[in-house]
Amino acid sequence: MTKVETALGSMSMNGLDHGVTRDTLTGSIDPRARLITTMVFIIVATSFGKYDILGLLPLVIYPMVLMALGTVPVRSIAKKLLYVSPLAIFIGIFNPLFDSRILVHLGPVGISGGWISFATIMLKFVLTVSAALILVASGGFDAVCQALARLKVPNVFVSQLMFMHRYIYVMTDQASRMVRAHSLRSFRRSGMSLRVFGSLIGQLLLRTLDRAQRIHTAMVSRGFTGEIPLMRELRLAGRDAAFVVSWSALFILVRLYNIPLWIGSTLMGVLS
Amino acid sequence: MHMADALLSPAVGATMWAATASLMVYSAKKLKDDPDDRRVPLMGVLGAFIFAAQMINFTIPATGSSGHLGGGMILAVLLGPHAAFLVMASILTVQALFFADGGLLALGCNIFNLGVFPCFIAYPFIYRTIVGEGPTKALLFTGATLASVVALQLGAFGVVLETVASGISELPFASFVLLMQPIHLAIGVVEGLVTTAVITFVWQARPEILQMAQGRIDRDFSTRKVLAGLALVALVTGGIFSWFASAHPDGLEWAMFHAAGQEELEAPKGAAHAALAGIQEKTAFMPDYAFRQGDPGEDDGEGVEEPWPAVSAGTTAAGIVGGFLTLVLAGLIGFALRLAGRSRETVTGA
Amino acid sequence: MSHHIVEVRDLEYSYPDGTCALNGVSFRITHGESVGLVGANGAGKSTLLQHLSGCLFPAGGTVRIGDFPLTRENVHDVRRHVGMIFQDPDDQLFMPTVFDDVAFGPLNLGMPKDEVEARVMDALNVVGAAHLMNRPPYKVSGGEKRAVAIATVLSMAPDILVLDEPSAGLDPRSRRSLIGLLGNFSHTKIIATHDLDLVMDLCERTLVIHNGRIAADGPTMEIFGNEALLEANHLEKPLRMQGF
Repeated sequence: MTKVETALGSMSMNGLDHGVTRDTLTGSIDPRARLITTMVFIIVATSFGKYDILGLLPLVIYPMVLMALGTVPVRSIAKKLLYVSPLAIFIGIFNPLFDSRILVHLGPVGISGGWISFATIMLKFVLTVSAALILVASGGFDAVCQALARLKVPNVFVSQLMFMHRYIYVMTDQASRMVRAHSLRSFRRSGMSLRVFGSLIGQLLLRTLDRAQRIHTAMVSRGFTGEIPLMRELRLAGRDAAFVVSWSALFILVRLYNIPLWIGSTLMGVLS
Repeated sequence: MHMADALLSPAVGATMWAATASLMVYSAKKLKDDPDDRRVPLMGVLGAFIFAAQMINFTIPATGSSGHLGGGMILAVLLGPHAAFLVMASILTVQALFFADGGLLALGCNIFNLGVFPCFIAYPFIYRTIVGEGPTKALLFTGATLASVVALQLGAFGVVLETVASGISELPFASFVLLMQPIHLAIGVVEGLVTTAVITFVWQARPEILQMAQGRIDRDFSTRKVLAGLALVALVTGGIFSWFASAHPDGLEWAMFHAAGQEELEAPKGAAHAALAGIQEKTAFMPDYAFRQGDPGEDDGEGVEEPWPAVSAGTTAAGIVGGFLTLVLAGLIGFALRLAGRSRETVTGA
Repeated sequence: MSHHIVEVRDLEYSYPDGTCALNGVSFRITHGESVGLVGANGAGKSTLLQHLSGCLFPAGGTVRIGDFPLTRENVHDVRRHVGMIFQDPDDQLFMPTVFDDVAFGPLNLGMPKDEVEARVMDALNVVGAAHLMNRPPYKVSGGEKRAVAIATVLSMAPDILVLDEPSAGLDPRSRRSLIGLLGNFSHTKIIATHDLDLVMDLCERTLVIHNGRIAADGPTMEIFGNEALLEANHLEKPLRMQGF
C-alpha cells in the first residue's frame, strides 16, 4: 500500500510507538534529557566534514548502546532506514559525478572524493535518522510531548500535536475503510479519478470536522476551558544530568579526536 | 521533498530552526490573542486528517502515476495561516519522528519550506486575492492551483538554497535548481488539482464551513499590505523558475519520473538510469564541472578547507584498520549490553 | 437532594439549517430514576441529550438540572452534575493515556493532585479497567474503551449519567458486563438507545420520542407491551418479549 499506511502499520505493529516502555533503562531517563542528548548528537554528527567518514564512525556507539539497553525493535528501525534512504541517495549520488578527484589509494584502486563524501552522507543519514527514531521508540511519543511542554514550547502547539497523534489511528482507519469500499465497487478500473478522489477526501474532511465538534463537546462537558491540564510530573534527577553530560562529552571527544585513526596507527605501530 | 539531516550543516540547520521557532512562537501568540477553545481539537484532528488523506492516491490522467494531498493549502483555507502553520509543523514533526522523513535538525528547514510558503505567502496573497469574497468554481481552481504551485516552487527553492549553503552536496547550484523546480512544478499542479477538488466538494456540500472559516480568518489576518510586495517577488521568482524549467524537456521528463518515484519506490530501473544519464550529459557542458575535472589542485575553496586526514598509503591503511576496529568495538559493546539485559530479565523473571 | 432532578419543559430547538429537532418536549425525572429514551433515527434523541449536558441551549422552553436552569452563565455547574457518555468512545478518549483521560475532568475542576489520583483509581477500579492505566486509548478493545469512557465521567462524581447508545458496537459479553456495571450505579440515569432489551434490563421507565415530541412516557413493560404504539414510532418489541 502507500507510504503512510505501511509506515503506520510498522509504527503500531512493531511497537515503535507505545507509552509503556518507561520501565526500561533508557525509557526511565527524563524525556527532556533524551531530547537534548539527541539534538547534541545530531549537531555533532552533521558538523563532521564531508570527507571525514573515519572520524564520524565512533558515533555509531550511541544508537547501538541505546538499542541494546532499551526494548527498541532493531529490525523495525532498520526497515524504516531502508525505506527512506532513497531520499538521501537521490541528492548524495551526485557527489561521485561531480567530484572525481582521487583522494585515497587502496592498492591499485583509487577512490574519488565524491564516493567518500557520498558514503559520509549515507553514514550521517543512518546516524541522524536512527537517533530520531530511537528518541520516540524508547519512551513513547507522549513523553516527547511532555518534554516539549516542559521546555516551554507553546501550549497550543503541544496540545494539538498530542491530539493529532491520538487521532491519526482513528482517521487512517476511517480512510482505509472508505478506500476499501471504493475499490470493492470499482472492479476492473484500478486507480481513482480526480473527481472520485475529491468527493472521497471531501467526505473524509466533513467527517473529520464533525468529529472535531464531538470531541470538543466531550471536552467541555468535562470542564475544558482552553488549556489541557497535564498531571504527570517530571523531575530532573542526577542521572538525567549524567546522561546528558556524559554522552555529550563523548560526542565532543569523538568530534575533536579522530579515534579510529588513532586506534589504527597505534595498532600498526605495535605490529611493525 | 523533505530536507534531510545528512545534507545539512549545523549552521544552516540552526539558522532555519531559529527562523521557524520564532514563527511558531509568533503564531501561537497570535492564536492566544483570539482564544477559541474549539481550535485545539480542530487543529489536531485536521492534522490527523491530512495523514489519513495522504493514504489515498488518485491517478493523474494520462500518466499512470499517482498523486495525493499535500496539506498546507487546505489547512490554510480551513484554519487560517497561523493555526495552519502550527498544524503543518506538527505533521512534519510526526513525520520526522516516526517515518524518518528528514530528521530533527532538518525539521526547522522542512517546517519553513513546507509551512511558511503555503501558509504565510501563497494562501493570503495568491489564494485569497484570486478567490476573494464570492468564490466560483473557476476562481477556486485558479486560486488553489496557482497558490500550490507557487508555494511548492518556493519550498523547492528553499531546499536548493539550504543544501547549497550547507556545502555537503556537490550538485552545482544551477543544475540543482534545474532538477528541483520542474519536479515541484508537476507536484504543485497536482496538489492544486486535489486541493481544488476537495474545497469544491466542501463548498457544495456544506458552504457554511468555508464561510465560518473565512470569518475566523478575517479576524485573524490583517497585515496584507505589508507583505504584498513579498508576494509579488515570490510570484515572479516562482513564475520565472517554472518557465525556465519547462523550456527544458529533459528536466520535465525527470520531474515526472521523480513525482511518480516518490510514491512508488520500485520505479523502473531503466528510467532512473536514463534520467541520471540525461542529467549527467547536460551538466557536463557546464563550465565549473569542466574546471573541476581539468584542475583538481585549484579547487573552489571548500575542498581545501576539508581536511582529509592523510593521503599517504600508510595512514590510509591505518584509517581502514582503525575504522573497522571501531565498528567491531561498538558492535561488541552493544551486544554485551543486550546480553546483560537478557540475563537480568531472566533473573527477575525467575 | 434536589441535585438529581432533571426537568425539561416545552423544550424547542431547530438547527441552523432550519430543521426542527425538538418541538415542545416536557418530562421530569427524579432522584435515582433510570429512564430509557427510545425512538427512531432522527427522532431527536441526540439533540435532547445535548441539551441535558449543556452542549446546546434551548431555543424555547427550559431545562433544569437540579437547582440550576440551564443558561450560558451556569453551564459549568450543570456540566459538573451531568456525566455524558458518548456513542463513540473515540470521541471521548482524546488524551495520550487512559490515566490522563480519566484525570482530565478532575484536573479541570482544579482538584489537588493526590485527590485527582485517588479519584482516577477509584473510577478505574469501579469499571474494572485499572490495569489499562498506562495504555494509550487506541490500544484497548471496544468493550474496554466503553468502560474507560464511563470512568472518565465517574471520576468527576456526577449525580446524573447520560448515556448515548452505550451498547453500540459491543460484543454480547461486553454488553452483558456493561449492563451489570450500569445496574450497580445508584446515579440518576438517562439512556438513549435502540437496544430495547438493555432498556428492559436497566430502566423501569421509558420515554418514547418521535418527530421531536414525547410520544409516550410510562413504565417500560407497559410501553413495550403496546404493539400499536411501538409500530407508530418505528420501534419493535424487544426480542425477549417477541416469543409471547
